[in-house]
Amino acid sequence: MSNLVLKYTVDNEDFTRAGEASSDVKKKLKMMGVPPEAVRKVAIAMYEGEINMVIHADGGEITVEITPTQIVMVLKDKGPGITDIEKAMQAGYSTASENIRALGFGAGMGLPNMKKYSDEMDIDTVIGVGTTVTMKVNI
Amino acid sequence: MTVNELIEKTGLEPLCIPCPEREISGVYNCDLMSVVMSKGFSGAAWVTIMANINAVAVASLTDMACIVLSEGAAKDEVMLSKAKAQEINVLMSCEPIFETSLSIYNALKNA
Repeated sequence: MSNLVLKYTVDNEDFTRAGEASSDVKKKLKMMGVPPEAVRKVAIAMYEGEINMVIHADGGEITVEITPTQIVMVLKDKGPGITDIEKAMQAGYSTASENIRALGFGAGMGLPNMKKYSDEMDIDTVIGVGTTVTMKVNI
Repeated sequence: MTVNELIEKTGLEPLCIPCPEREISGVYNCDLMSVVMSKGFSGAAWVTIMANINAVAVASLTDMACIVLSEGAAKDEVMLSKAKAQEINVLMSCEPIFETSLSIYNALKNA
């Protein structure tokens, strides 16, 4: 059986649709009978990634590949890139604006949550070009 | 206890109740979405002041039973239509977060 591949476009600054891609993936994984803990990990990691793309990068593309043993999420944006990954990975560090914070985001937990809830995470970022985050969750 | 029973017992105002028979497993408080994403649990009655569409997405992803807007948070029609579409119950209280959570806690404890 070939792997299932899902593709999503995340709009820029569109908070009304943020979370739709993760909701859809969650629904599909549940229907496929993926264990609830893996579904939860994917939903959290992907939602944080989606929000990051809206806040920091004018949106982007997400590809989710579902294999019999793992779920691979690739989040690709053409944003400004991450200047200091080490700092960005620190819980509590955020460059989000005040109006983003007023919505309950920008607590500096996005990337730490993404790392925590994925079994493997890789960040490939180039200043001025964009960032690609790959997250894997084992089933 | 179901969401419907909670409304009867506590007098919380129902704003959008697409799943009245949903079981409540406990009470949860927080206004920071990233914290809620990692600590919110299935079946929770989530008491918050965050009356926006992102709260609906977070409640849906963490499989909560209902969102309880407290402190008389302003009703947001966009949020409510999203809640209806995503089948997320939304209730409302004019009381502060602590009092609202306590009344839910007591209702669950005495159920």
